[in-house]
Amino acid sequence: MKARSAVGLLAAGAALAGAIVFVRTKSSIEREHVDVYFADGSMVSLEAGSADGDRLLPLARRVLAAARG
Amino acid sequence: MDAAQALADLTEISTQIEAAVLAGHDGSVVASTLVDDAAAKSFAEAAAELLAEADGVRTEPGSEPLVQVEGAALDGSVFVAKDDRHLVAAVTKPRPTVGLVFYDLKTCLRMLEREEEAKAENATKTATRRRTTKKKTEEAESESS
Repeated sequence: MKARSAVGLLAAGAALAGAIVFVRTKSSIEREHVDVYFADGSMVSLEAGSADGDRLLPLARRVLAAARG
Repeated sequence: MDAAQALADLTEISTQIEAAVLAGHDGSVVASTLVDDAAAKSFAEAAAELLAEADGVRTEPGSEPLVQVEGAALDGSVFVAKDDRHLVAAVTKPRPTVGLVFYDLKTCLRMLEREEEAKAENATKTATRRRTTKKKTEEAESESS
């Protein structure tokens, strides 16, 4: 009985961990950002919520809208 | 190959690209995959503005110049790359292969640059030939008179 409970708890824990990883991966992939690349190969990633990100993201959306009509 | 052909090749090799425009750094359109000229103008101007604004991200003295920008929104991504004279901008569906799209944009810019260099070289050769022919004609005329 104890062994079955332990297995059940383990399964529930694994499922929860999997769900957390899935949600975090999905949200990080779909996060809006602007990546700026420089001549020396360096890159600055600006996410929504940062000052530069909030300044550049509307411009990026405008480019998308202009291209799609 | 001209600018329009360079863009046509770009959209042919990169299936991720929905639309692209080649322009001057001021946003003046050189060529576009969009049929509507007004839309191409808006596209190029918006891309030039994004590039100009992104240039202000690093302001430290001696910092390297900006060469390319990727903006990822939920409904798609925008890419802008530039060289000394032109910029090329493209839009894709969400989650594109970033490195591949930039590689294709850079290739497009390099092809255009090579074409312009070849044209400039040909123009110089033609001008030199014309000058030589004119000089020979003048010499022949002065000898006959």
